[in-house]
Amino acid sequence: MEFDTIAAISTPMGEGAIAIVRLSGDEAFQIADRVFKGIGGKQLQSVPSHTIHYGHIVDPAKDETIEEVMVSVMKGPKTFTREDVVEINCHGGIVSVNHVLQLLLRQGARMAEPGEFTKRAFLNGRIDLSQAEAVMDLIRAKTDRAMNVAMNQMQGRLSKLVQSLRQEILEILAQVEVNIDYPEYDDVEEMTLKMMMEKSQYVRSEIEKLLRTSEQGKILREGLSTVIIGRPNVGKSSLLNSLVQENKAIVTDIPGTTRDVIEEYVNVRGVPLRLVDTAGIRETEDIVERIGVERSRKVLKEADLILLVLNHGEELSDEDRRLFEAVSGMDVIVIVNKTDLDRAIDLDEVQQLADRHKLVTTSLLKEEGVDELEEAIASLFFDGSVELGDGTYVSNSRHIALLHQALQSIEEAIQSAEMGTPVDMVQIDLRRTWEILGEMIGDTVQESLIDQLFSQFCLGK
Amino acid sequence: MVKKFEAGNYDVIVIGAGHAGVEAGLAAARMGAKTLMLTINLDMVAFMPCNPSVGGPAKGIVVREIDALGGQMGKTIDQTHIQMRMLNTGKGPAVRALRAQADKVLYQQMMKETIENEPNMTLLQGMVEELIIEDEECHGVVTNTGATFRAKTTIITAGTFLRGEVIIGDLKYSSGPNNQQPSIGLADHLRGLGFDIVRFKTGTPPRVNSHTIDYSKTEIQPGDETPRAFSYETTNYITDQLPCWLTYTNETTHTIIDENLHRSAMYSGMIKGTGPRYCPSIEDKVVRFNDKPRHQIFLEPEGRNTKEVYVQGLSTSLPEDVQQQILATIPGLENAQMMRSGYAIEYDAVVPTQLWPTLETKKIRNLYTAGQINGTSGYEEAAGQGIMAGINAARRAFGQDEVILSRSDAYIGVLIDDLVTKGTNEPYRLLTSRAEYRLLLRHDNADLRLTDIGYEIGLIKEDRYKKFNEKKALIDLEINRLKTVMIKPNEHVQALLEAAGSSALKDGIRGTDLLRRPEITYNLIKQIIPSETALPEDVEEQVEIQIKYEGYIEKSLQQVDKLKKMENKKIPDGIDYQAITGLASEARQKLQEVRPLSIAQASRISGVNPADISILLVYIEQGRIAKVAGE
Repeated sequence: MEFDTIAAISTPMGEGAIAIVRLSGDEAFQIADRVFKGIGGKQLQSVPSHTIHYGHIVDPAKDETIEEVMVSVMKGPKTFTREDVVEINCHGGIVSVNHVLQLLLRQGARMAEPGEFTKRAFLNGRIDLSQAEAVMDLIRAKTDRAMNVAMNQMQGRLSKLVQSLRQEILEILAQVEVNIDYPEYDDVEEMTLKMMMEKSQYVRSEIEKLLRTSEQGKILREGLSTVIIGRPNVGKSSLLNSLVQENKAIVTDIPGTTRDVIEEYVNVRGVPLRLVDTAGIRETEDIVERIGVERSRKVLKEADLILLVLNHGEELSDEDRRLFEAVSGMDVIVIVNKTDLDRAIDLDEVQQLADRHKLVTTSLLKEEGVDELEEAIASLFFDGSVELGDGTYVSNSRHIALLHQALQSIEEAIQSAEMGTPVDMVQIDLRRTWEILGEMIGDTVQESLIDQLFSQFCLGK
Repeated sequence: MVKKFEAGNYDVIVIGAGHAGVEAGLAAARMGAKTLMLTINLDMVAFMPCNPSVGGPAKGIVVREIDALGGQMGKTIDQTHIQMRMLNTGKGPAVRALRAQADKVLYQQMMKETIENEPNMTLLQGMVEELIIEDEECHGVVTNTGATFRAKTTIITAGTFLRGEVIIGDLKYSSGPNNQQPSIGLADHLRGLGFDIVRFKTGTPPRVNSHTIDYSKTEIQPGDETPRAFSYETTNYITDQLPCWLTYTNETTHTIIDENLHRSAMYSGMIKGTGPRYCPSIEDKVVRFNDKPRHQIFLEPEGRNTKEVYVQGLSTSLPEDVQQQILATIPGLENAQMMRSGYAIEYDAVVPTQLWPTLETKKIRNLYTAGQINGTSGYEEAAGQGIMAGINAARRAFGQDEVILSRSDAYIGVLIDDLVTKGTNEPYRLLTSRAEYRLLLRHDNADLRLTDIGYEIGLIKEDRYKKFNEKKALIDLEINRLKTVMIKPNEHVQALLEAAGSSALKDGIRGTDLLRRPEITYNLIKQIIPSETALPEDVEEQVEIQIKYEGYIEKSLQQVDKLKKMENKKIPDGIDYQAITGLASEARQKLQEVRPLSIAQASRISGVNPADISILLVYIEQGRIAKVAGE
């Protein structure tokens, strides 16, 4: 634990032009090589020390390019930590830097604790005696704080979920252990590969579920992806402008995504909204036609929130009804705009079509009802009506990395079981999964397995 | 007051001649130390007061380890068993374990004879009452007859004798196991020296007369047909084996137990000591698992020349009349004559965190404790500690370095590290799950792990070491051959593969790659590409395991690498934890108590968290820098 390879984003979080991911430790070069694709297959392990290299960071699992980077390679001891160090200079925003970090963690690096690079520098003799006391204070303070933060995050449902998952695994482990340590006791059912596989598959699906919630966690960081739809001339642009003007939009050009999709971020009463495909709204009012287009369907499908706009001054059309169909089953706020015009719309029918969805009436022209709309968005989110899994989400990088490791090790367990490897070997991967999940909640006490053994089974001479 | 008299000078004194004492004494004597073994009763050397069996999961591997280090247990049981079985053969190689049923009378006879024939050894009857302590150093012992023996180092292996008390129902009396004299004086003396003592409890079932058992109502449990041995040196195998027998308790048994629970010493509150969870009494099992309609009972002969049969599964502290009633409810035992009743025994144990990993006490220099006195249970656990205490006591007497086995070297290393680092709040039993490197600590490779150490300390003799090195060379040679040789897909090969239920070859394949297929054995590989000369069976086994499970073994080795790095970060002697600012107070207290030798050991102490370890590392480094700067 003390001497493994660590990684962290070493530039301040924010909108800096360049962000650096730093790796330090014995395996820094090997780990970097697993995700770095240099020109002509250049290996970082074999380049001279203190050189910088152009290339791409590629997700080896999906063979997908994540980021265009410059990588500095520095061999110890002439480095900050006196260990082998790799610094990956990314120029994307925070999202892609995080992605690079995640990849490294998945390849075997460990998320650095606060102050850990400094600590290593000290331990490896880089910092002199006079600084020692300060470093100790730093470690104490930062570790405690980090622990508090982690603890806070882990309280509640996520912690309970992880615990119950561990208990699930623990029971399998205990049964295998009993079969091993008390082979002649017929009271205990022999854990078979088939049973182990079934249980492992269940555990895998649960871990995958948790990992999907990390996508939900991402929503909080990256915004609720929001799409405004409606027939031409119902006031979509006005709605967009109203939300943007009121809330000071940050207009970003996200690299790596489709260039023609412009996203705007707004913060509505604490709810981060990412207004997607708003460029489309601006360019063409003919959204109905575009609904038929596959790409728009995709945008709709991936949206977390739909703002469906209707015209108070016109009767409901078939197109309107088709819109309701297209968004059925999604989180929708129905906006009846243009109350400044005489009512031609059948509000009863709207109510019926809106069903469980929130209905808001506005006159964007007169700036009426905007508060109500914002209130609706906020309450939808904070009441948990927006599907964020079941209210539990994983957002901490360390936790996500651990979940990926847990997933990998449970997959290895399943593979081994499929190959007919003996149960006590499959056990090794299963136990590893249990330990990794334990790291998430700060609990890796060995004794609990033995306790389980004796409380679950009747054994003895 | 008995008059004291000088009775002799030795290098090493061992108090007690049970399974720990025997290994400790023999190791010391064989290393060349002039050794004295003192026992309360010479007729009880290496006696098995409980289960007449040696080995089993984890424990059997310990016996192999003792043998690889040059110890005795494996050799003696190989010559005195009535049955031998390899357990867990359906599982992976890491958890296979050998278990023998002992002829317990023959076992102790042979063990006594071995000790008597050992050149540097003196075996005497005598009850030690006190230690000779000067300046917190032990210089020898005084017996109840006043005999004063002096020695450079002393090992206490007192088992369950310290202030032992036997309990049968509401009957309770001062006694060692099996109605032997308890050791009260030494127990008081240790308390007087300021040792932290706990009260533990264990128990044993009744013995019944074989003539009175109706075996037709039980299931037979024969030994393995393949002859087997614990010791790497054993060449003559016992083929004539006796079976064990399996029967069950039933609802009637449980009703009797329920009705008499108030008379059980365990439930009446008469027993205060902590018993082991893994070895509950039958009344415990019935209470805690009352949904179980039956519990297994194994009937184990205690030897070839005795009719006593050990009733495994019926350990109890119920009164004698209830024990009779219980036996009568069990199929096959309806008319069984109970020759000895079961009993519980309470005894003093030394809190093991008071020991260094060499098993020397921190409080008194040159004093070691090993075996059940350290809070363990089981003959094998005792013997494993015994040999390590013997080795370290002899080396201290000679002024040599200590020998400590790591958790990645041996189950013995796991056992001792657990004891001295974490302590135990119940009699400690080794379980395979206690070993994080289980895959490396196998039955089959105990010699590969430990023979070098045994040779270095002088317990493994030249001829055995030479044979060991030849075996090692053969293994390497064969693995290398399989790594390089290519198997071509021809008719012969494809037919063999098909017969083995394996898929046909498309291209040539390396021997090692083919062997990695789960369904392929070394035996099959041998048919395809025979080696030039026939290899011994144990070499073949080793080649197969090392190749087949290379991936897993490699993973474990990587973890061990990390462990070794932490183990190499030594914590200097006499570090003052109170002076380290920043340590959490619980960690400070625990560190002060355990006084770990390395960062690895420190990190295993419960209550010491990673932040404390970081601070400790910084502090040690600071001290090192200060030292360099001051030079």
